[in-house]
Amino acid sequence: MISVDAVTKQFGEFRALDDVSLDVHEGSLTALLGPSGSGKSTLLRVIAGLELPDAGRVVIDGEDATAVPAQRRGIGFVFQHYAAFKHMTVRENVAFGLRIRKRPKAEVTAKVDELLGIVGLQGYQSRYPAQLSGGQRQRMALARALAIEPRVLLLDEPFGALDAKVRADLRAWLRRLHDEVHVTTVLVTHDQEEAMDVADRIVVLNEGRIEQTGTPRELYERPANGFVMSFLGPVARLGEALVRPHDLRVTAEPREGALEAMVDRVVHLGFEVRAELQLADGAPLAVQLTRDDAVALELAPGDIVWVGHTVEPVQPVAA
Amino acid sequence: MARSTDGGLDTFWSAVSSRQAVSALTLSLWTSLVVAAVNAVAGTATAWVLVRDDFRGKAVLNALIDLPFALPTIVVGIILLALVGPTSPVGIHAVATTWAILLALLFVTLPFVVRSVQPVVQELDREMEEAATSLGASSATTFRRVVLPNLVPAILSGAGMSFARAVGEFGSVILVAGNIPFHTQLASVYIFGQVESDDPIGAAAVAVVLLAISLIVLVAIASVGRWGARHER
Amino acid sequence: MNVDRRVRLGVRTLVLAYLTVLLLVPVGLVFYRTFEHGITPVWQAITTPAAVHAFWLTLEIALIAVPLNTIFGVVTALALVRGRFRGKVAIDAVISLPFALSPVVIGLALLLVYGRGGWVSLPFQVIFSLPGMVLATIFVSLPFVVREVVPVLREIGDESEQAAATLGATPWQAFWRITLPAIRWGIAYGVVLTTARAIGEFGAVSVVSGRIAGETQTLTLLVEQRFQNFDLAGAYAASALLGVIAIATLLAMTLLKPRKDQT
Repeated sequence: MISVDAVTKQFGEFRALDDVSLDVHEGSLTALLGPSGSGKSTLLRVIAGLELPDAGRVVIDGEDATAVPAQRRGIGFVFQHYAAFKHMTVRENVAFGLRIRKRPKAEVTAKVDELLGIVGLQGYQSRYPAQLSGGQRQRMALARALAIEPRVLLLDEPFGALDAKVRADLRAWLRRLHDEVHVTTVLVTHDQEEAMDVADRIVVLNEGRIEQTGTPRELYERPANGFVMSFLGPVARLGEALVRPHDLRVTAEPREGALEAMVDRVVHLGFEVRAELQLADGAPLAVQLTRDDAVALELAPGDIVWVGHTVEPVQPVAA
Repeated sequence: MARSTDGGLDTFWSAVSSRQAVSALTLSLWTSLVVAAVNAVAGTATAWVLVRDDFRGKAVLNALIDLPFALPTIVVGIILLALVGPTSPVGIHAVATTWAILLALLFVTLPFVVRSVQPVVQELDREMEEAATSLGASSATTFRRVVLPNLVPAILSGAGMSFARAVGEFGSVILVAGNIPFHTQLASVYIFGQVESDDPIGAAAVAVVLLAISLIVLVAIASVGRWGARHER
Repeated sequence: MNVDRRVRLGVRTLVLAYLTVLLLVPVGLVFYRTFEHGITPVWQAITTPAAVHAFWLTLEIALIAVPLNTIFGVVTALALVRGRFRGKVAIDAVISLPFALSPVVIGLALLLVYGRGGWVSLPFQVIFSLPGMVLATIFVSLPFVVREVVPVLREIGDESEQAAATLGATPWQAFWRITLPAIRWGIAYGVVLTTARAIGEFGAVSVVSGRIAGETQTLTLLVEQRFQNFDLAGAYAASALLGVIAIATLLAMTLLKPRKDQT
């Protein structure tokens, strides 16, 4: 539905996007995930038409939209800091796109009321953005974007400015909304938990390039490289390999493929126990065990144990 | 500016170096410097009081600080004339003295330092002062070593603007200064006189010098502004 | 800083004394002197034909200069904050020029350029006539709207305009519906300052006007002329009128400042 084809974008010396190509399926919720500076926001803005790529094309719904300005792309955009029209009421904010399109008053009023109902802001029509909480402002921004019935909904770190609890609530709410409304949605985030929770597909970006695309499960279980693996979940380094800490097993006796290590410290965290080990080359390694396993092994500082993995190690160590 | 060199560099130089012109420029320069210095102190004190202190009528006083901005300069001249002229209620007769000039210039430049320093005082991090106090500094020391350094860019900027305004001031001084050549004739009044006596070229020459002085000051202010900004955390 | 009570009171007293002597006493005195002999002579003094003409002339000049400078100010502010081009520093310097120049120098410059034998020869008379005075007034009151709008524009950022674009607004629609309402208090404050400056201008128009009573005399020039003619009461009366306008300006400034500063 959206096709990004070999897009490159540079800001002065800095290359934000380097030959990026991507397909977004109709009706899906795709997350662009990556650290700061990875290019994810730039990519979103290029799709939106708020930035023009230096090279490459953007195709939306079969039409080449690369030269089409943001006004006419039929996209809805939600900003991290809401970009609310401060001098307008909630109703006027949400109605803005429809007013611009000169829709009849009755239709506008009906649509605004419907959307405010969907986002849970009914009764707030006459308030001003300054009188709303952050979460309410963002919901207003969503209603405003949806009012124009966009083909694509683009969200730029929409929950980044909100408290953890509000963030979690809105995240779940967004997923439910998407299930009901089915607009093709692209979401930018640096929070891997958010991406895993909400998205159908995740695109991992790093330094202007796509590292991997896939479902949350694919990316977690079969990461394409060390970067994707460490970005999407906890990693532990075992010799030359990267493994998931919960895939490690500690034994008192040597095993095939296991490495020798000395116990540095044993920390009891309630039900779990964390054993801080030191490998032969001096590298530290933290392993999680259940209380029962720890007791069975009678772990104590100074003990020599063997650490191995229960599954194939996925990755050789990457940079 | 080009016109002033119409008669060649000689004409320019003779116009500028005539004893009367030099006297007028010197008077403008030193009175403006004095006024800028007085404002630096009085303006800072005023800004401090307006932000940190509290008393009845403070809001009104705060608004009145802008009065010299709002009043036409000629009206300021009339006002000062009423105060120090022949009909003075307090018996001061200071027309045609440098005191009158200084008074006029102080009036019209009053708001500059105050308004420049006020926002800085407003934004001052009180915790800095509290830290100094907890380390044993007296109020005077805290002010001198902790507060004042943060105010200096704003004070200099305001003083610079005071100077630039004072050096070119015309309307408020033309009545009270008496316009006695070599004694109470300011550069702006001299220029005006030259225009009226149909010597626009001569006037232009002195105007160029005045302009140069103002520009130098403005550039200096801008540099101070950038220096101050670099020290912002 | 918890200053010693006595020091605090001392500084406060000194500052108040300074302000009273420099500011309050002179202004109060003039109003006293003006109305010393009742309202009637004052009314007569400001309703003479010369005074009435001066009033309308001042108003006329302001009504030309202020809207022009407002439009110029908004456009320039937008260019300085949102535009992408070199030479912004130069434009900023030129805008600040009127602050650095003596009004007499400004008048002189206009004289040299547009006067007899000047650089520019226009089919109509500029110096010693209305166009010259309008030009002088425009120049001295040029910077105010720009300087007030620029920080407001910087503060609000352009995300709202981007949002408007994604919602389908053309740049003009975005400007009219989003940008302009957001900067309206900055504009209002700038307009007040511009108007006050335009009405109060003396030095530059003095050089440029020729001061022909009844024809090219503004209110400020009227005050000076009355003084020169030893009509002190008349001068006071006209001054009082200008003073009232100044106080109205102050009031407007005080009311608008908080709205302008709140974003």
